[in-house]
Amino acid sequence: MPLKSDEIKKLIIESIPDAEIIIEDLAGDNNHYSATIKSKVFSGKSKIDQHKMVYKALKGKMGNELHALSLNTMEI
Amino acid sequence: MNESIKLRISNIVKENQVCLFMKGTPEVPQCGFSLAVSNVLKHLEVNFKGINVLENNEIRDGIKTYSDWPTIPQLYIKGEFIGGCDIIKEMFEKGELQIKLKEKSISYKGN
Repeated sequence: MPLKSDEIKKLIIESIPDAEIIIEDLAGDNNHYSATIKSKVFSGKSKIDQHKMVYKALKGKMGNELHALSLNTMEI
Repeated sequence: MNESIKLRISNIVKENQVCLFMKGTPEVPQCGFSLAVSNVLKHLEVNFKGINVLENNEIRDGIKTYSDWPTIPQLYIKGEFIGGCDIIKEMFEKGELQIKLKEKSISYKGN
C-alpha cells in the first residue's frame, strides 16, 4: 500500500525531531518520492550513515510499502 | 540470513573489485535507479560486475541484510559498501566517486 507524504514526514520527525523536510511526489502516485532532509543529527556522519538514519526512521517501510524515496540529506 | 547466502555474497564481493547488485543487467537494467548507477560506471569506463538480484531472491533479500541497506542497487568497491543510487549520483557529481576509485586503485576514464 502506498504511503502518503505526510506519513513519511511524521515517521521521520518521530526519530529526528529537528528535521526540516521537503518531500516531492515525483510521479503523483504516492509511491515515488524525493526528500530533502536537513538536521543537526547528520553532523559528522557519512552519507551512508545519514541515509541509514532516515531508513531506520521509516521502520522497515523503505523497500516495501515505500518503493522509491530518493534521499538528499544535509547537516545544518 | 542463512550462512550459505552470507558466504555467497561475501565471495561475490571479494572476487569482483567493483560489483553492482542491481535489478536487471548492465546491458538491460530493469529499474531506473539501477540504470542510473550502471550508467555512471559506464560513463567512467569502470570495469564492473553486475549481479542481477531479480534472478535470485535469496541474494535479493540477503544483500539488504548483508549491507544493512534496504534498497537496490548497491555498489561495492573492493569489498567496501559505497552506497545506493542517491549516494553514487551525488558522489559522481562532486567528483568523490572518482577519488574513491583512485584511492582503491581502480582504473577509470581520464585516470
